[in-house]
Amino acid sequence: MNKLALSDEILLTIEKPARYIGNEVNSVKKDLSQVDVRFCMCFPDVYEIGMSHLGIQILYDMFNRFDDVWCERVYSPWVDLDAVMREKKIPLFALESQDPVKDFDFLGITIQYEMCYTNILQILDLSQIPLMACERTEEHPIVIGGGPCTYNPEPLADFFDLFYIGEGETDYRALLDLYKEYKAKGWSRKEFLLKAAQIPSIYVPSLYRVEYKEDGTIATFSPINENVPTTVKKGLVPEMDNTTYPMKPVVPYIKVTQDRVVLEIQRGCIRGCRFCQAGQIYRPVRERSAVLLKDYAKQMLTNTGHEEISLSSLSSSDYTELPELLDYLIEECNEKKINISLPSLRIDAFSLDVMSKVQDVKKSSLTFAPEAGSQRMRDVINKGLTKEVILQGAKEAFEGGWNKVKLYFMLGLPTEKEEDIRAIAELANDIAALYYDTIPKEKRNGKIQIVVSTSFFIPKPFTALQWASQNTKEDFIEKAYLTKKSVMEQLNQKSIKYNWHEADVSVMEGVFARGDRKIGKVIKRAYDMGCLYDAWGEYYKNDLWLQAFEEEGIDIGFYTTRERDLDEIFPWDFIDCGVTKEFLKREWKKAMNGEVSPNCKEKCQGCGAMRFETGICIKA
Amino acid sequence: MTVRIKFRKFGVLKFIGHLDVMRYFQKAIRRAGIDVKYSMGFSPHQLMSFAAPLGVGLLSDGEYFDLEVNSLTSSEDMKKRLNECMVEGMEILSVKLLDEKAGNAMASVQAASYTVRFYEEKLPVFSLKDAVKRLMDKDKIPVVKTTKKSTVEMDLREGIYELSADDDKKEVTMLVNASSSGNIKPNFVIKELYHEMGEVLGDFDIIITRNETYTGTLNNFVPLDFEATLF
Ligand code: SF4
Repeated sequence: MNKLALSDEILLTIEKPARYIGNEVNSVKKDLSQVDVRFCMCFPDVYEIGMSHLGIQILYDMFNRFDDVWCERVYSPWVDLDAVMREKKIPLFALESQDPVKDFDFLGITIQYEMCYTNILQILDLSQIPLMACERTEEHPIVIGGGPCTYNPEPLADFFDLFYIGEGETDYRALLDLYKEYKAKGWSRKEFLLKAAQIPSIYVPSLYRVEYKEDGTIATFSPINENVPTTVKKGLVPEMDNTTYPMKPVVPYIKVTQDRVVLEIQRGCIRGCRFCQAGQIYRPVRERSAVLLKDYAKQMLTNTGHEEISLSSLSSSDYTELPELLDYLIEECNEKKINISLPSLRIDAFSLDVMSKVQDVKKSSLTFAPEAGSQRMRDVINKGLTKEVILQGAKEAFEGGWNKVKLYFMLGLPTEKEEDIRAIAELANDIAALYYDTIPKEKRNGKIQIVVSTSFFIPKPFTALQWASQNTKEDFIEKAYLTKKSVMEQLNQKSIKYNWHEADVSVMEGVFARGDRKIGKVIKRAYDMGCLYDAWGEYYKNDLWLQAFEEEGIDIGFYTTRERDLDEIFPWDFIDCGVTKEFLKREWKKAMNGEVSPNCKEKCQGCGAMRFETGICIKA
Repeated sequence: MTVRIKFRKFGVLKFIGHLDVMRYFQKAIRRAGIDVKYSMGFSPHQLMSFAAPLGVGLLSDGEYFDLEVNSLTSSEDMKKRLNECMVEGMEILSVKLLDEKAGNAMASVQAASYTVRFYEEKLPVFSLKDAVKRLMDKDKIPVVKTTKKSTVEMDLREGIYELSADDDKKEVTMLVNASSSGNIKPNFVIKELYHEMGEVLGDFDIIITRNETYTGTLNNFVPLDFEATLF
């Protein structure tokens, strides 16, 4: 019988014990005597969130296809178990073998959002692995980070031995082979790290020295050894049809956020929205062929038994073979009684037709993400969506029976003025008015319901707006208030509901997004003071964070509101993500002039990703 | 057509609650390619009905659910296909065709039998046999049962049909009411045994296994799949 790391008594006292027992359908067990490397893959949030992440499933599957590697999973213990483990000094364990994480060769942590940083320290702490990389010895696992936040890994530099920059499919094999050599030859941990730094995509923070100017910005950022490269190039999958994909994803017992088969139809995005990091770091856009995707869909549905399938991409409407793929899925899924969920579709005649086939029109809602209220503001951020297009899409949708609309905007964008904010409410009002104009009273299925949501703009590395000043918390709150007030002033205000995001946490996120190595000690202090699960509103403790910054003598404004000089050295400049700083500067200047840029399909902008010689770059 | 499926739940699966067991089977039935019947509408669901929900922490050798299907192969084939996609901790024991006259699984349940064992460090310090004798000699065992809505007083004695103990094996077995109106939780009975002996049962002292789920009437209980036949 399967052994468990936790006693029955503990498991029966905590919430959702199924989070900790492993044994799920398609989880992988291997014979320990047959493997050389044990890899523990971690998503530093609760099980239901971590299990919903496609990237982990891809890597879990990829590692386990290697005969000499056994990859297992671990997620953040929820606060109830966290307390028990600390009290009873139970070491954190991997789900499959239930063995302590500290006995593994690697602990790989995917870093998907900034507000999980204290959870990373929790993972290390509960695993009984020293938090600081410099305190680890040959006895400890190699701690490696990956995922979008590693495009600025600097705030976490102290806690990781390695970072993997870019798409995980490309360079892990080389790292594993090097690790086997390290063990066989009895190298020191330092020797291993030095050699690892020479593998593409691998960044070893301890092998770089940062010097600062008096004003706190970076003076120099350089390797401390001549064998260590000055820039780290991101890994990129050249051919999406020729890479690994999890045909047998793990099926959880408990309901998780994404309880479905996920088909990644393409990676990257042709649209250069200037606030969007994903749109830049995954360049160039590369599609998977529909033929292959159909086969994947079939196999994955059979292997999991899921009753839902969804498409994953940054902008599904841009996928060239979408009609063909959807025709197939609709037919196949209809027969097998499988739901199709369609995210990120542009609202037009085609998508409305598709949506009416797969959803209950009366219950579902239309989603528009204009991101900004006025055309001028949308030009600044290069969001190529006009009011006419939105209204046209809405009109067709109303005629098709929809009467629920969701609108997403950002507040605090650079150059934003009061009128841009008012335009948010006006746009919502125009959509409502259009509904009442388009649909005669007797045909209406109740009032129109519009939900306007705003988040606060946070400048991210490797975007055209990385030079921008972020608003203060007070600005954010004032702007949300103005939005609310403008909504209330509209004729159709009764049909419009307004939600806004927390301002405190957006400020913190801004610090981490563009932070440098000095932030590490703040994260450590905040963790020591009890910060954990910061991404969960009810656990986020702003006062403790502020105290941590103060005690470490770190000025928040330096990272958020400060205007950056065009030639300031950024903490993330050592990473070559394909897109050049020159291109981003051009885009930043265009943004300030309110000039739009065409997308990759219309006209190549020479962003730098051409060097990968693949995807849209060689098609266009 | 409805098939009645009997399964066993053991090992770490005891930590999976009833709703998740249902979800687990919905997916397993798809994986096994069973020709199951679906409800109509935009989000169709499989037509299944579970007999008696098993609490988290309990094991079982006699669980049942009914499944409506469009076509049948054979009992053996369906059992094999389902077992091929089970995890360790779930085992399909039989698949039988339900009598057309039989009621659904949940409504049919009248009684269940259980074996109760103790964690090694939590063994009782008294004779279980003596306790059983004392308890069964009573005419009434008034207990207070708290539900979500109310607290009601009920007589436990009336719902205990059989109760016996083995002091060498340190085991208690029982046959008790499991109908929707008078369901008795086995730990209630053990608590009363302790009470009889002036002891207090701890929250994590016992391991409960449901042995079988029954339909029928008092003195004539039959396993739930008595109403179904192999095909
Ligand atoms: S090089 Fe041109 S086509 Fe390629 S990603 Fe950049 S802008 Fe798009």
